[in-house]
Amino acid sequence: MAAQSKNAASVFPPPLVAGNHTFTSVTETVCRVVEEKPNVNWLLALMLSASIMAVLGGSVAYLFWEGTGIWGLNNPVGWGWAIVNFVFWVGIGHAGTLISAILFLFRQKWRTAINRFAEAMTIFAVICALVFPGIHVGRVWAAYWMLPLPNQMGMWPNFRSPLLWDVFAVSTYFTVSLIFWYVGLIPDLATLRDRAKGKISYWAYGLFAVGWRGAASHWNNYERAYLLFAGLATPLVLSVHTIVSFDFAVSIIPGWHTTIFPPYFVAGAIFSGFAMVCTLAVPCRKIFGLEDFMTVRHIENMNKVILLTGTLVGYAYSTEFFIAWYSGSVYEGFAFVNRAFGPFAWAYWIMISCNVITPQFFWSKKIRTNMAWTFVMSIFVNIGMWFERFVIVATLHRDYTPSAWGYYTPTIFDISTFIGSFGLFFFLFILFLKYLPAIAIAEIKAVMPQADPHWEGYQKHEESTHG
Amino acid sequence: MAKTKIWGAVAQFENPAELVHGVETIRGAGYKKIEAYSPFPIHGMEKVLGLGGSKVPWITLVGGLCGFTLATWLQWWTGSVDYPVVIGGKPLFAVESSVPIMFELTVLLSAFGTLAGMMILNGLPRPHHPLDGYAPFRRVTDDKFFISIESDDPKFDALAVQAALEQAGGTNVALVEE
Repeated sequence: MAAQSKNAASVFPPPLVAGNHTFTSVTETVCRVVEEKPNVNWLLALMLSASIMAVLGGSVAYLFWEGTGIWGLNNPVGWGWAIVNFVFWVGIGHAGTLISAILFLFRQKWRTAINRFAEAMTIFAVICALVFPGIHVGRVWAAYWMLPLPNQMGMWPNFRSPLLWDVFAVSTYFTVSLIFWYVGLIPDLATLRDRAKGKISYWAYGLFAVGWRGAASHWNNYERAYLLFAGLATPLVLSVHTIVSFDFAVSIIPGWHTTIFPPYFVAGAIFSGFAMVCTLAVPCRKIFGLEDFMTVRHIENMNKVILLTGTLVGYAYSTEFFIAWYSGSVYEGFAFVNRAFGPFAWAYWIMISCNVITPQFFWSKKIRTNMAWTFVMSIFVNIGMWFERFVIVATLHRDYTPSAWGYYTPTIFDISTFIGSFGLFFFLFILFLKYLPAIAIAEIKAVMPQADPHWEGYQKHEESTHG
Repeated sequence: MAKTKIWGAVAQFENPAELVHGVETIRGAGYKKIEAYSPFPIHGMEKVLGLGGSKVPWITLVGGLCGFTLATWLQWWTGSVDYPVVIGGKPLFAVESSVPIMFELTVLLSAFGTLAGMMILNGLPRPHHPLDGYAPFRRVTDDKFFISIESDDPKFDALAVQAALEQAGGTNVALVEE
């Protein structure tokens, strides 16, 4: 087998799986991370993220006690960091679904190495996103009014409001992503069950593996279901950020009321999400020794997506300006000039430098195949995309009447809640890396050359035994 | 002790090529209740085994139709029958403003249908299986491949079946009790 895989490597340039891997060595490499005893560094990372998460808990508890007055919201800026953070986190999630669903439909086999990882990121990012609309309502005990539940008032939510569409879009997105992720995990959970040494792990993995035994008739239904999930998740992910953008675009506020918002939001979401995948993947592949599966080719492909979507976002910024001028609307024109040269110009130019200039470095192959550069660039993109949402929301500070103008400054609680949400994200992600296979084992095996029954290595073998 | 019933016979194969060849040989010998097991889906296996197309899409369709109907009814009934409130001078019910939620619930219930369809058609969850007692089978989720012939096959005969599996290139041939 080992000699045969060597042939395979030369037949399929560049290989999706580097190194001389057999089916067992794939299982070994991925499962080892899960089965080894947690080491000190992992525990330290978990404790650090848990303490940052505690900051979120404290901030939210104080918010519930005191009310939204602890935030920097004012009149005219009635929307602040809560929605900025919400859109930021939802956007990050989009890369996971793009990788797992859209690239699957386009038969981009390189996605197999990163899809599990990216889908986990999606789910945790959406959990972080859901925190903000959950806590921003002021009277949290009435948060269930967002859902169409029968109640003693006999009232229902306003289905004509984009904010309600958003509730449905994001909760559907979360549920479908979770199901898609879980279905993808079933065969790998079965692998962990069959390898389990301890009773607890055998039962825990066995419970969630639902008795998967790799029967061909099961794979037949499974693969069809997987294809259907990909087909469902693709329009879903595009709809989610479209509907998020409706929160802004459907209102009659200069700088928000534009038809470019849905595509521009979706491009931005994919842009920020891929950056976050790179931020996570670059250190993880190193720490957990997964470089043979998450190869430089994978990182390079993601950087290409970042370059494309970053350029799209830059194009959208210029289109917004052009239309603001071309529309002839004084208020629209003012909103944009004010963004670039008004009191929040600093935020605008941070956004432009991080989102428009940074990705352009990826035209160079040297930079997009360099791990250190990728990591640094991805951090810049994350910062830039947070500022993009901030710039949009801060547009509120100068509306039609100069007497109503104001400024927005976050309070310590705005900042602590946002930082705390990173604690929640990393806490969940660090747990995931240790207790679930970070790479889709069965899918990786299926894209190896040996997985094809007509692989030339087997024909040679056949000739030598039967010939 | 009561005599235990034989569930079927099983044999181990080393790679996808042997597995496909094995299934072809056994099907050629006239056996019907055959199942192949592999750590990952093998391209073309459904044809070799003579499995029809999966029925999961039909269940997905039912889920999707339910979701669409639910969303349409929910938005129309709550807004214009149960508690009509005019907001911003907009109509009580309009197709245009109902599209986002129609879409979302269609996708949501389609996804539920797909999950349920896959589970039900595969008979999962299934905590216990006769093959669990067959030691080599633990590696079916790692790197080994298996073929089973169940005892309710009309041609099933304990000795002949084991010979056939060996003939097809199988190793570790065994009878498995229920």
